[in-house]
Amino acid sequence: MGFEKFGRKSFTAITKTAKFVDFLTEGKIKGTVCKDCRAKYFPPRADCAKCFSKNMDWFDMPERGKLETFTTAYYAPLGFEADPPYTMGVVDFGDGLKLFARLSKILKPEEVKVGMAVTVQPIKYDDGQISFEILKA
Amino acid sequence: MKKEVAIIGVGQSSFVRGYEGSIRELAFEAFREAMQDAGLTQKEVDASIFCSAPEYDKQRSPAGVLAEYLGLIPQPTLYVETVCSSSSTGIRVAYGMIKSGLHDVVVVLGFQKMSEITSAESQERMGRGADIQWEAPFGTMMPAYYALYAQAYMAKHGLTHDDLMNVRIKSSTYGVINDRAVYRKPVKPEDFKQGDPEAKMAGPVAWPLRVGDCCANADGSSCIILANAEKAKAFSKKPVWVIGIGAASEAVNMAARPDFTKGLSVGYAAAAQAYKMAGVTAKEVKVAEVHDCFTIAEIMAYEGLGFASTGEGKQLIREKATYKEGRIPVNVDGGLLSKGHPIGATGGSQIRTIVLQLRGEAGAMQVAGEPDIGLVHNIGGVGLYGNVTILGRD
Repeated sequence: MGFEKFGRKSFTAITKTAKFVDFLTEGKIKGTVCKDCRAKYFPPRADCAKCFSKNMDWFDMPERGKLETFTTAYYAPLGFEADPPYTMGVVDFGDGLKLFARLSKILKPEEVKVGMAVTVQPIKYDDGQISFEILKA
Repeated sequence: MKKEVAIIGVGQSSFVRGYEGSIRELAFEAFREAMQDAGLTQKEVDASIFCSAPEYDKQRSPAGVLAEYLGLIPQPTLYVETVCSSSSTGIRVAYGMIKSGLHDVVVVLGFQKMSEITSAESQERMGRGADIQWEAPFGTMMPAYYALYAQAYMAKHGLTHDDLMNVRIKSSTYGVINDRAVYRKPVKPEDFKQGDPEAKMAGPVAWPLRVGDCCANADGSSCIILANAEKAKAFSKKPVWVIGIGAASEAVNMAARPDFTKGLSVGYAAAAQAYKMAGVTAKEVKVAEVHDCFTIAEIMAYEGLGFASTGEGKQLIREKATYKEGRIPVNVDGGLLSKGHPIGATGGSQIRTIVLQLRGEAGAMQVAGEPDIGLVHNIGGVGLYGNVTILGRD
């Protein structure tokens, strides 16, 4: 249990990576790293696809990256109807690490540009759901 | 040219909003047309493959139910799924069955009755076609995913909103003349005019994509009948041969996608395999169907298939090279944008269009010059699955 708290609405309750949500509540965004071959993963994985190990550890995601792309949704799927418009994007941290998330509502649409320097931080919603979002660096 | 597996019959229902019948009745429409086209009875069919995205159906395990309604029991039947490319994958499975000698004649039937659920429910299910653990919790949906590609691509390659609009305008040119299409009205530049409440195509869905950049949900079915060389010669005066077949997969999560400015990697990978197997190059393709679920997807497909180099797909639409009279006609049946996109039926519909083109039976949509090689590009999810099928004739 525990993963049902992730995001605006979670579709997954049980996962071996549920500790990710505990880290979020502590203000940390973490990926997993294989203790045997040092392969790094985000989103986190419980199993290493490169060497088949299940000895995974957590590592802190980099603090700064660049916004690789984004979109603003004006319609939303079932369960998200109250949210539009909202902007989602992909952050590239380099070294093969990327992250997908919503952009903070604080950001003005005209501020958002492909290639801009960004950071990522946890966010807690009023209904107790917890997530992470992209902000200007 | 490889003459081992042929298409001997094709059929398609009209693609509509709100089909007035059940999935078995919808499936029968395409099946009837394909069987009559091939001149077959059920006893000459050795196996059937049913293809759809299962989350739209109330019927669990539809293959058995549909096989019974089509009169294809007690022959073996099974179900195949790669979301939007399910029926191309069904054709891939049938190809393997026939090539191995397991079966001589196989029916591949794609279907989808999307109107069983609301549009919002449909978007939620489509969002769940992506990563439900790490992405759907942000409120993702198909237009937003393709918009991520569009945004990065437009920023790097100078593709404009007018270019995207012109993909839709081309599509509508052929939707108007395709009586199986759901959207049959002409589209004009005024329909995309920003700020005009009368401009129905202009509203943002997932920026930079607008209403007119997105294909519509639809109900529909398609049926393709494949046979080995011996049966093809016995049953068909105009067999169309499957000469190249390629397929690939890609990471579901956007965080694992290498480069949003280069289009879908599965399009490139599946095309390379299919061209190699067929022993042909992009220049030899005379007519193509590509997976234009969104306008940006058609531009990216041009590049994956080698009709243009990466970043230059816009030139084809600017020069009208992909119109029926152009250098490489693409989606001259209206594509997904005009025909509508009944997920499981789409690949079979694309195959049918190319078969009719190679037989010279495409009517008002027929490409001149008696095309001898055609290509189908069918994508599942946001480039999660890619299928390219190359067809040739005697």
